[in-house]
Amino acid sequence: MDWISKFIDSYPVFLKGMLLTFQLTVVAILIGIVIGLFFAFLKISGVKILEWIADLYIFLVRGTPLVVQIFVFYYGLTAFNMSQFWAVVLGLAFHNGAYIAEIFRGAIQSIDKGQMEAGRSLGMTTGLTYRRIILPQALRRAMPPLGNQFIIAIKDSSLAAFIGMYELFNVATTYGSNSFDYMSYLLIVAVYYLILVFIFTMLVRFVEKRMSLSD
Amino acid sequence: MSSSVMVKVEKLNKSFGDLHVLKDIDITVKESDVVCLIGASGSGKSTILRCLNFLEIKDSGNIIIGGEKVEPGTHDINDIRARVGMVFQHFHLFPHMTVIENIVEAPMHVKKVPKEQAYQQAKELLKKVGLSDKENVYPGKLSGGQKQRVAIARALAMKPEVMLFDEPTSALDPELVGEVLTTMKELADEGMTMVVVTHEMGFAKEVADWVVYMHGGRIVEAGPPEEVFNNPKEQRTKEFLDSVL
Repeated sequence: MDWISKFIDSYPVFLKGMLLTFQLTVVAILIGIVIGLFFAFLKISGVKILEWIADLYIFLVRGTPLVVQIFVFYYGLTAFNMSQFWAVVLGLAFHNGAYIAEIFRGAIQSIDKGQMEAGRSLGMTTGLTYRRIILPQALRRAMPPLGNQFIIAIKDSSLAAFIGMYELFNVATTYGSNSFDYMSYLLIVAVYYLILVFIFTMLVRFVEKRMSLSD
Repeated sequence: MSSSVMVKVEKLNKSFGDLHVLKDIDITVKESDVVCLIGASGSGKSTILRCLNFLEIKDSGNIIIGGEKVEPGTHDINDIRARVGMVFQHFHLFPHMTVIENIVEAPMHVKKVPKEQAYQQAKELLKKVGLSDKENVYPGKLSGGQKQRVAIARALAMKPEVMLFDEPTSALDPELVGEVLTTMKELADEGMTMVVVTHEMGFAKEVADWVVYMHGGRIVEAGPPEEVFNNPKEQRTKEFLDSVL
């Protein structure tokens, strides 16, 4: 079949694109988790000014399109002379950080406050109780929505095409315009995305299972 | 009765907003004594325990623990808490840790007890509360009574000078109350100083050295159990005892 041969002929380039998509997403998510955790703590700090800062950040991220945010990092913040890779990674991380912050905040607040009291009553400091008691439980609860967020991030990374990165989507549209056969290559790229999302889903499910062994 | 005073509460006052929940509370707990706080729900019993462990901060009055007047802000509260064990109505075990991990957590991370020693001690405590076979089980697999006994072992692992029990059997199915009370009785027999908020009048009668009846944030009557239970001086105490016995 014609489509299959196109798939086979193009696979070295698509695999490269998939690798780039994968790298963009993973690095962005890792940074996003750090940002998210930081802002989650601001939100539950009980200090009004810190809560406002976190609210403002979440307001800005949620209120503007991701493509605008990526463009700000690449075309806007020219003073930093960022590479395409880092502009997309930071754009995605900045974006996902807000959603991850809300996921973490919800998860932390869902832990029974008796857990904190039990830790404190044993002479543990607040910080130690968070680290040893609250966060491990909150992380477990955050896994399903975090997994969701990771999958959204994979697909969002396609916006890197708009600043000229050859990740999956750009590879597909380039093939499409060169061959005047967009449909074949859009279907091909869909397969790659599905594979990537499938792998991530399995990974998240595996981690979830490992974590919930104790319950 | 032993002489040295372990816990002393003087003129303790505490409000939550407009609600004045503790009014001029005075309690003295001598070493190795068991003091039971009884009274209706909302009378302030639990709040006293929470103040003693600084989970709530008093508005005024003195709290003296082991001869030392403790003021939040000037004292290291974590240090005080490590000396005062607390057992909660709802156990509050750490669900992501096994039974033995629950017990070694504070000794290892607060007192920096070496791992081997902490585990050794935890095993002895589990034996003492009769749960040696549950060492590597997660709390989710335990019955309420077993959970509470683990919680007692966890508090004991810090080698506290005083143990506070906040309605330790109120969340248990009736058939599980006995095993927890037995553990507590053994602890009392070993000479542990204990302050117990309880609705178990039988336990208070049998084990307590001193019973404190509270109503509306005040101590209405206090004395040895045989006096408070058999010969209450106050009408309110009589009414309360009639309603629960």
